[in-house]
Amino acid sequence: MNVSAFCAVPEDPSYGAPAPPTDLVVRDVPNDAGGAIILHWDPSVDDVEGNDKFIGYEILRSTSPDSGFKVIGTATAGSTELTDNQTVDGKKYYYIVRSLMGSSIAEAWPVGPVSSSQQWFNLGRINSFIALLILSTAILWYIHRARRGDTLFIRKIAGLEAVDEAVGRATEMGKAIYYIPGTQDMDNVQTIAGVTILGRVAKLTAQYETPLDVPVSRSLVMITAREIVKEAYLNAGRPDAYNDSMVHYLTDDQFGYAAAIDGMVVREKPATIFYMGAFYAESLILAETGNSVGAIQIAGTAMPAQLPFFIAACDYTLIGEELFAASAYLSKEPKLLGSLKGQDFGKLCILGIIIIGSIIQTFGIFDFTSIFTVQ
Amino acid sequence: MRREIPLIITGVVGFTYIIQFFIPHWPFNIMEHMLTDWMLIIFAFAIWLGVLNLMKVSLDRISKRTKDWPYALVTILGFLFIVIAGFFFSGGRRFLDPGTPFDYIYQFIYTPLSATMFAMLAFYVASASYRAFRARTKEATLLLLAAFFVMLGRVPVGDAMTSFLPESVRLSKFADWIMNYPQTAGQRAIMIGIALGIVSTSLRLILGIERSHLGSD
Repeated sequence: MNVSAFCAVPEDPSYGAPAPPTDLVVRDVPNDAGGAIILHWDPSVDDVEGNDKFIGYEILRSTSPDSGFKVIGTATAGSTELTDNQTVDGKKYYYIVRSLMGSSIAEAWPVGPVSSSQQWFNLGRINSFIALLILSTAILWYIHRARRGDTLFIRKIAGLEAVDEAVGRATEMGKAIYYIPGTQDMDNVQTIAGVTILGRVAKLTAQYETPLDVPVSRSLVMITAREIVKEAYLNAGRPDAYNDSMVHYLTDDQFGYAAAIDGMVVREKPATIFYMGAFYAESLILAETGNSVGAIQIAGTAMPAQLPFFIAACDYTLIGEELFAASAYLSKEPKLLGSLKGQDFGKLCILGIIIIGSIIQTFGIFDFTSIFTVQ
Repeated sequence: MRREIPLIITGVVGFTYIIQFFIPHWPFNIMEHMLTDWMLIIFAFAIWLGVLNLMKVSLDRISKRTKDWPYALVTILGFLFIVIAGFFFSGGRRFLDPGTPFDYIYQFIYTPLSATMFAMLAFYVASASYRAFRARTKEATLLLLAAFFVMLGRVPVGDAMTSFLPESVRLSKFADWIMNYPQTAGQRAIMIGIALGIVSTSLRLILGIERSHLGSD
């Protein structure tokens, strides 16, 4: 579909006729949902830096190679590509790209036919697909092994080992425990991980009759957390000790939420505070206030930017993946523990890829990083 | 059924999101937008649940005269103040226009209060850094030294102190090296762990292995 000739139409003699673009290639946009054709051309020889007379390119489209061409878009000088997003899948199109210099134009012969279509698989994401398959298979395999009764070693996580101690301390002091499940909604996997740990904490507070306060910043988190706390109190044989006001809504506003909790912490001086979920700038405001009243603090988040703040201000911090491992670690359920081993297998694979990739890149064997490009 | 239905919905929606990432063909190409729209609608309605709960809890505190009940009164008065100003005195649908009472409250009460909370972060960073950088252990000493060189390398005096050295080994370059190599490597290791954790947790949720977030039967 390359251009084989051109016709120049000089309209303004003072400028002369520009040269048209060459080697126009038109094709269906790959790996898309259809409705788009991409055009690529080599620039006109007049499209050079310093040639202020050269304006750019006009793109024309028709369903016939001989007539009916209409301008569908323009491209500035220096451009070599344009995507036509207004095509009907299956319909055949012809394209012309013409140079504009002053009021003179020069256009190449029509190129085509070409039609757009929808693809059934995005080949630009095949690497992600393979990685997902390997990781999922590993996780499912280890879950199967755990179900079969194989013993799986899981290293100790200090922050989770300290949960009992933190609840016990609050019980001894006769003070409340605050549980902050982050500032994001239930569509965030960190919030889900956060509220699953709440179940374990609530079971302990039910057993020890320790006051529990869960201020939340999202309505759906409030509903979910209530269900979890209610079930924990029921399982602990203390449904009478549960009331809905344990889990209460404050505000969706980030700093309004931080201000409200700071006020509660300063007035009530809780013995223990848990921060489990997704946090942003409010992380340090909350953790430092908790630290100032002498509360034992356990935090867990997968927000890399907030981790240093929690590490500095809290007694224990679950770093990234440890937050997601908490549910499995605390419940000791084989199915959940198996998924942790699958995660470890994923880490082993990535470690191997990093070592191999470093060697290949260092010796310039080929561009190893291009394997990981996702479209 | 109280558990089964949410589990089925989670599974179907989860798999749909995965499929639409790899298959651009109709109908999967429109599903992400459709599901996101549904989610936004649910969130919008859910706000009322939160607001009603806030009012209920605050009114309970006032009526029972529990400890610190005046704060609950301030919450209710603040809520009524902005709701009445927004609904009845700000020109109806034009309540966001400049100059309306709602806009005034937003610009001159809400924004400065939020900015004040954010600005307090500077003081908290100082106090947290003071504790974190105490050289009590080997790791804390390394942290202290790294922070010392990075902070010094980020200000002109750092380069001035090492001006007698070749430019490539001055303090600013050393600070850049710490940030670009050891810091980035550590950060990436954490991020790889997080990514794997998210995949694993998502898989547990989609397959219905993780159920503790669904509460009681």
